[in-house]
Amino acid sequence: MEYLSIFVKGIFVENMIFAYFLGMCSYLAVSKTVKTANGLGLAVIFVLGITVPINYLLENFVLKEGALTWLSEDYANVDLSFLSFIMFIAVIASMVQLVEMIVEKFAPALYGALGIFLPLIAVNCSILGGALFMQERQYPSIGEATVFGLGSGVGWWLAIVAIAAIREKIRYSHVPAPLRGLGITFIITGLMGIAFMSFMGIEI
Amino acid sequence: MSTENNTAVEPKRESLFSKNNRKLLKDPLDDSNPITVQVLGICSALAITVQLQQAVIMSLSVLFVMIGGNVIISLLRNFVPDRIRIIVQLVVVASLVIIVDQVLKAFQPDISEKLSVFVGLIITNCIIMGRLEAFALGNKPGPSMLDAIGNAMGYAWILLVVSIVREIFGSGAISLPGMGQVKFLPTSWFISEGGFYENNNLMILPPMALITVGLIIWIQRSRNASLIEEN
Repeated sequence: MEYLSIFVKGIFVENMIFAYFLGMCSYLAVSKTVKTANGLGLAVIFVLGITVPINYLLENFVLKEGALTWLSEDYANVDLSFLSFIMFIAVIASMVQLVEMIVEKFAPALYGALGIFLPLIAVNCSILGGALFMQERQYPSIGEATVFGLGSGVGWWLAIVAIAAIREKIRYSHVPAPLRGLGITFIITGLMGIAFMSFMGIEI
Repeated sequence: MSTENNTAVEPKRESLFSKNNRKLLKDPLDDSNPITVQVLGICSALAITVQLQQAVIMSLSVLFVMIGGNVIISLLRNFVPDRIRIIVQLVVVASLVIIVDQVLKAFQPDISEKLSVFVGLIITNCIIMGRLEAFALGNKPGPSMLDAIGNAMGYAWILLVVSIVREIFGSGAISLPGMGQVKFLPTSWFISEGGFYENNNLMILPPMALITVGLIIWIQRSRNASLIEEN
């Protein structure tokens, strides 16, 4: 049950876009059509599902205070957590590169679908945000951290596909000229955010 | 973007306030504002605008990281191979952000607590990467620094406006650095003191930041018709 609640919480209650605004840049830039939005969303789920557990291991076995005791008892006081930003971003950038190469080699069809989005993802705030939230919330096991990563990814995917569908339809409406494009997208996202806030009180 | 790249080939030495340099500083404030026109760096702009104080600290941090990043990358631009430039940029930016984070933790622990993960997220703030890619990689350190200042200022004024609007309507007061909370209405008017004025708590919630930015875009584009998009 614990896993399910973290997963559902990641999707609805603590949605990356509507509650924390993470990954807004690509959310706004790549949400013109549902097809590309879907591709980017899937790539985000994929990368979050891989990088959050790796960063979890890094955090718990290298960076945290006393994390190095598995090497020697002398390191019990070593606290490397000030290095976490640079370590996390290095892991994310290299994992994205690695994932890109593996996908290209073994699943060319998937590469065709995700290909151009993968490099973009290294600088998507939601990935680093996932790692930093994982660090802040101190999940007790790697399984929970992975589920949290996947849940946040699914939440992000849901948000970008929903806004892309709305933007496809809104082309047929009379939006005031200065609001067209970016302005109306902001306002719709705000309204969707208010809708998503109704999940907030739910205790799972 | 095309106009900016031309400054790189200027062979003559320019004065600090030449036309090109003034353009570098002024354009990002309005015509190519990083938030409302280039759509960069939205994440942090929205999340930390509940209070003016946080917005000020965030703007200063971004200003510092941008100037440092732009100048360093611009100095390195002839030595870094194209293939690994993203990693190099990330490492430079991440080191600068670590400095900011440590300084905030040491001198402003409360604010650092409130900003939580968003200080770290300056690393992936698209304004910084975007300007490094679009400007610093092709220009000398001097213009790169001006570009960084201009863009950080363009980012800062949106942050300040959004946070002022949200704080005034959301808590009926404004937190000026060094002065604490300054209330706009007499304290006895607030409903908590038996008065009639109730704060609009909706303004404190995250979605209102999006709507406030949407309204700023609306005002800006109705004044400046060249920015209007085709759907």
